[in-house]
Amino acid sequence: MKTTVERRRVIRPRPAIALTVTALLTLAVAVYGLTSGDYPITPAGVVKTLVGLGDATDAYIVNELRLPRVAAALVVGAALGLSGALLQALVRNGLASPDVLGVTNGASVGALGTIVLIGGGSVAVAAGAAVGGIAIGVLLMLLSGRAQGNRLVLAGVAITAILSGVIGWLLTKAQLVDAARATLWLTGSLDGRGWDDVLPPAVALVLVLPVLVLYARPLAMLEMGDDSATALGVRVARTKALVMLSSVLLASFAAAAAGPVSFVALTAPHLARRASRATGPNLAASAVFGAALLVCADWAAQHLVPGRQLPVGAVTGLLGGGYLIWLLVMERRAGRL
Amino acid sequence: MSRPYEVMQSPPQVLAAPPPATATRHRTRRALGLAAAVLALAAVAALSLLLGARPLSLTEAWHGLTDPASGAYTVVHDMRLPRTVLGLLAGAALGLAGALAQALTRNPIAEPGLLGINAGASAAVVTCITFFGVQSLTGYVWFAFLGAGAVSCLVYLVGGGRGATPVRLALAGAAINAALFSYVSAAELLQTSALDRMRFWTVGSLADASMSTVVRVLPFIAAGTFLALRLARPLNALALGDDSATALGARPVATRVASMIAVTLLAGAATAACGPIAFVGLMVPHLVRSLTGPDLRWMLPYTIVLSPVVLLGSDILGRVVARPGEMLVGVVTAVVGGPVFLFFLLRRKVAAA
Repeated sequence: MKTTVERRRVIRPRPAIALTVTALLTLAVAVYGLTSGDYPITPAGVVKTLVGLGDATDAYIVNELRLPRVAAALVVGAALGLSGALLQALVRNGLASPDVLGVTNGASVGALGTIVLIGGGSVAVAAGAAVGGIAIGVLLMLLSGRAQGNRLVLAGVAITAILSGVIGWLLTKAQLVDAARATLWLTGSLDGRGWDDVLPPAVALVLVLPVLVLYARPLAMLEMGDDSATALGVRVARTKALVMLSSVLLASFAAAAAGPVSFVALTAPHLARRASRATGPNLAASAVFGAALLVCADWAAQHLVPGRQLPVGAVTGLLGGGYLIWLLVMERRAGRL
Repeated sequence: MSRPYEVMQSPPQVLAAPPPATATRHRTRRALGLAAAVLALAAVAALSLLLGARPLSLTEAWHGLTDPASGAYTVVHDMRLPRTVLGLLAGAALGLAGALAQALTRNPIAEPGLLGINAGASAAVVTCITFFGVQSLTGYVWFAFLGAGAVSCLVYLVGGGRGATPVRLALAGAAINAALFSYVSAAELLQTSALDRMRFWTVGSLADASMSTVVRVLPFIAAGTFLALRLARPLNALALGDDSATALGARPVATRVASMIAVTLLAGAATAACGPIAFVGLMVPHLVRSLTGPDLRWMLPYTIVLSPVVLLGSDILGRVVARPGEMLVGVVTAVVGGPVFLFFLLRRKVAAA
C-alpha cells in the first residue's frame, strides 16, 4: 500500500518577495554608503568603479577604503543575524541571542585579554575573540543539559555579568592607550576595517553553510519539542550540538571582525519573521536582515553626530536595547512571558 | 515562613497554638545568630585595617588608630579606615537594596546590579562627568539618584511589577544594562580624559575612599536604611498578596513606592561612592534567608550586618591575591558571586515560570 507522496516544494510568494526586496534595499544602502564620505562620488560612479570602469582615484577610494568597511558590515551583519536565528530556534526562546547568553562577552574577554596581556595585532585579537567566544559556547553546551529554555537564558545573564567583571578588571590593568583601543573594540566598530578583517566572518559563513543545508529541516522540527522531533526521526543531540557550534562560531568570528556589536543577533530574526511571515527558523531572511541592520546602523553611526564618528556598536546598543524593552512589554501584553 | 504575622494565624484555636517555648527559642537563636554575625563583621573590619600592600600587626594597627605620632597613623587614617568604613556602608546599602528589591518584586533574582539600577546611576554619573564637567561627589551624587531612580521605575514597569517572572526581570535588566553600556562607552570614547577617570569608577572600587566621601553618602544611606527597616512589616504583609495585605492594614501602593525610594537611595548612594558593584545584593539576602527564613524583620538586620562582611571580605581578597597591586572589589564580587548565582539557578527551579 505504497502511496506516492508528492514532494513538490511550494515556493510561497511572501517570504521570497520579502527576501528579495530586503536584499535589494540592503545593496542600495550599501552603494549609498560607498558614495558618501569626505570625497563624494556619485552612485553611478560607484557602480562604474565596482564593475571596473571607474578612474584610478575613485577606484582607490572605493575599493581600498570604503568597500572593505561596507563588506565587513554586510558579512558581520549576516553572520550575527544567522547566529541569532539558530540560537533562538535551538533554545526555543525569542529572547535568546549570543549577547544575552554571554558568547559575545566571552569573545570580548578573549580579545581584551589579547590586547592587554599579550598585546598582539589585529589577527591575534581576532583569534583571542574566537577562542573566548567558543569557550563560552562549550560552557553553555555543558550547562544546557541541566538548564533549558528560560533557565539557560538566566544562566547566560549570570555568565554575562561575571564576564563583565573580568572585562572591567582587564580595562583597569591596561595602559591608557590600550584602554582606549579596548574600549573602542568593546563597543563594536567598523572603523578602518580592511579586507583581512572581512575574512574571519566570511570563512565562518562558508564553514557553517553545509550545516545549514543539512540541518535546517531537523532544526525546524526541533521547535515541536525534543520528543516529537525524535519521533519524527531527528537526531536531537547531534542537531543541537552542531547548531549550537555553528551559532557560536558565527558570533565569535563576527566579534573578531567588528567587536561585540550588540543586539543585531537578537533583532534580525524577529524582523525577518515579521517580514516573511514564514514558520520555522527563517535562516536566510535573518541573515539578510542582519546585513541590512548593520549596514544602516553603520551609516547612521558615521553621520548621526556631525563631525564625529560614533562606533556602530553604540548605535545598535541604544536602538537594540530600546527594542528589547519594547519587545518585553509586548510579549507581556500578549501573555507569552 | 515560621512566624510571619500574629494576625495571620487568625482562627482562635491556631492563635493559641504555637507553644511559647518554641517561639522564644527561635527568637533567642536568631538573636544569638545576629550577635555572631556582628562578631564576624568586627573581625572582617579588623582584618581590613590590618591587610593590604603593607600588612600591619594588631598592635601597630592599634597605635596607628590612636597615636598620631605612630608610623602607621597615615596608612590607617588616610587609607584603610575610610576604606573600611565605606565598605561597611556600601555593603549594607547594596545588601539592603537587594533584599528590598527581592521582597518588592517577590522575585529571587532581583538585584540592583543585574537589574541595571547601578548601571543607571553610573550612566548618569558618566553623563555629568563627561558633558557637564562635574568632578566632585557632592555634584554627581544627585545625578546618581536620578539615574538609579529612573532605571528602577523603568525595570519595574517593563518587568511587569508584581507579576514579574525571573526571566522577564532579568531580560529587562539585561536590555537596560546593554543599552546603558553602549551609552557609557560612547560617552567615554568622545572624551578620552573622561575615559581615564571612568574606567576605574565603572568597575566598582573601594580603593579611592576618603572620609569626605563617607560623610557625604552617610546621610543618604542612613535615610535609606531607616526607611527599609520601617518597611519590613508592610512588605511581610505584601508577601501574602495585595488583598490579604490590605486586610492586615498594610497599604500596598504606599509600601511599593516607599520601597522603590529606599532602593533608589541605597543603590544610588552606594554606586555614587564606589561605582557599580554587582552580586552583593543578590548573594547576601539568599544566604540570610536560608538562616532566618523569609521574615523581613529578621532578614533585614541580618542583611545589614552580613553584606558588609561579604563586600569587605571581597575587598580584602582583592588586596591579598594581587599583591602588591590589587584587584578591584567589583571584579571580585562578580567573579565570586556569579558562580554562586549559577549554582543557585541550576539547583532550584527558579525559572519555572
